[in-house]
Amino acid sequence: MSVEQSEVLGHFGPYGGRFVPEALIGALDELAAAHQSSQSDPAFMAQLNHLHATYTGRPSIITEANRFAEHAGGARILLKREDLNHTGSHKINNVLGQALLTKRMGKKRIIAETGAGQHGVASATAAALMGLECVVYMGEEDTKRQALNVARMKLLGADVVPVTSGSRTLKDAINEAMRDWVTNVETTHYLLGTVAGPHPFPSMVRDFHKIIGEEAREQVLALTGKLPDAVLACVGGGSNAIGIFHRFISDPSVRLIGLEAGGDGVETGRHAATITGGTMGVLHGTRSYVLQDENGQTIESHSISAGLDYPGVGPEHAYLHDIGRAEYRAITDKEAMEAFALLSKTEGIIPAIETAHALAGAMKVGRELGPEATLLINLSGRGDKDVQTAAQYFGIPL
Amino acid sequence: MSTTLQQVFDKAKSENRAALIAYIPAGFPTQEGCKKVIKAFVDGGVDAIEIGFPYSDPVMDGPTIQAAAVTALANGTGAADVFEALKCATDLGVAGVVMTYWNPIERYGVDEFAAAIAANGGSGVITPDLTIEESQGWVSATDQAGVNRIYVVAPSTTDARLPLVTKMCGGFVYAASLMGVTGTRSSVSSGAPDLVARVRRSSDLPGAVGLGVSTREQAKGVAGYADGVIVGSAFINKVLESKSEGDALLAIEELARELSLGVREGR
Repeated sequence: MSVEQSEVLGHFGPYGGRFVPEALIGALDELAAAHQSSQSDPAFMAQLNHLHATYTGRPSIITEANRFAEHAGGARILLKREDLNHTGSHKINNVLGQALLTKRMGKKRIIAETGAGQHGVASATAAALMGLECVVYMGEEDTKRQALNVARMKLLGADVVPVTSGSRTLKDAINEAMRDWVTNVETTHYLLGTVAGPHPFPSMVRDFHKIIGEEAREQVLALTGKLPDAVLACVGGGSNAIGIFHRFISDPSVRLIGLEAGGDGVETGRHAATITGGTMGVLHGTRSYVLQDENGQTIESHSISAGLDYPGVGPEHAYLHDIGRAEYRAITDKEAMEAFALLSKTEGIIPAIETAHALAGAMKVGRELGPEATLLINLSGRGDKDVQTAAQYFGIPL
Repeated sequence: MSTTLQQVFDKAKSENRAALIAYIPAGFPTQEGCKKVIKAFVDGGVDAIEIGFPYSDPVMDGPTIQAAAVTALANGTGAADVFEALKCATDLGVAGVVMTYWNPIERYGVDEFAAAIAANGGSGVITPDLTIEESQGWVSATDQAGVNRIYVVAPSTTDARLPLVTKMCGGFVYAASLMGVTGTRSSVSSGAPDLVARVRRSSDLPGAVGLGVSTREQAKGVAGYADGVIVGSAFINKVLESKSEGDALLAIEELARELSLGVREGR
């Protein structure tokens, strides 16, 4: 297959592509065309940049975490503060872009899946801003874990549909959203929240998040005069990670390190570390690494973090792993919660539990590289939504 | 050499009627119960049987088939059970095909899967989430094994794309009657006749209609314009609604008989 053909079909080496019902091909083609034309349309990009400047709060700042750094081998720790974006995470970058595309395609209804609720909240926010109808599918299990975000979505005017099929978590919310999309594809855009799914989602969602790395690279250069030694981010589906990695892929001196959710430990089988512990397969329309059994059935993932609790991962990450450009490690629930508490107490920043996996990774990598190293970490989300989970974990009475 | 499935459609055509294709997932309600359902299908007069490979993430299926898949997976159903059910059907003299999402095929081994279909007397495989763009390995595997590739086309499939898909098909073209997931509906979508007509213009293959057919009247209506009628959820509902396995099997055989009359009344 030629490179051009490969790009048209959305492949990253052997990964990516489209494994979907024929009913969706027209909508995916329409979306790919809308995305492609919008990327070279100055008016569209100006509109998106204006929203980021006046609504999202971009550019997000860099914070140097000196006290936290003492626990990370003394390495220089720089936090890219996506947690300060409107709605509290990086998710808003993608959501505003896709909501604008929805309007560009003349559609009036968006559907979205959500795990932790961050993408659902961001989608509901964009829908409210742009006058779109919004339905969010959320695993019933997650609606309990993230009750606060359910209330936020409802306040923003979205319908939240608890999904009771399968494991009642993110993967089943995606299944239900895809069923809705197959049925209502003429009027509805599926606002997928991560860099997975069928083409063009992995490259389109990356394009909306790559601003994170573009800003951060300039900010780090301005602050330190050199590139960071490593860039770290948590990886569930992988959107915040690909967002901060992308601009650095062509900088060979910069290590790219993705931290997956190790749950109780990869060796226990109760985890969500798809690259570390999975195998090549097809899930939700794309070929990537998947947690699956010998019959190709998806294995339920486990993580204290609802946002990372997904048995698949974006195909570009699978490719970056296989070619050795990025490395992926697993962080256990326990390690993530220690980092969660540590950042809160040393820097006055309560991170999302998802993000805490990246911070735990930074503690390890900092100790490996020592005080000469500079680490850039994507602080992808804030922890307000996780206060209840954290309080329970640490035995704080509510 | 033509497959049994192709012979079934040739025979139905010579009798000026549509073929009846019945669906049941392997391992549902149990592995042994599935074989009894297959026998009831055959006794009721179906022409071909579709054995479903139960899958954990069936995005094209509505609540009924999802529920059946959950039961089948809880029963530990795997590839070996799918092939055993397929053999059970083909041993009874009807055409047998497997309907499966793509990942179980890839996991089993693409060449090995196609070979196992043939080895168990199967005629083809319906792949609802495999696009023609991702089919290179599958084309060579199925050609090698002499197995029909059956793709699902939808009302949204454009006139430009339709011939690209149908030329990859063998046996028949599966026309999804509507934009949606599997399940019984009070009426069969009005979009189905148009889609079948478009399939006919793009291909010489028979066009069979699935999604939403559950009654003799609906089968009769679809048989008026299509070469095949596919029924799944309505049979599964008989199992889910019945008090005992015996009741379910009687109800399934009765429904199959009604539907087989329906496909003979359409023209």
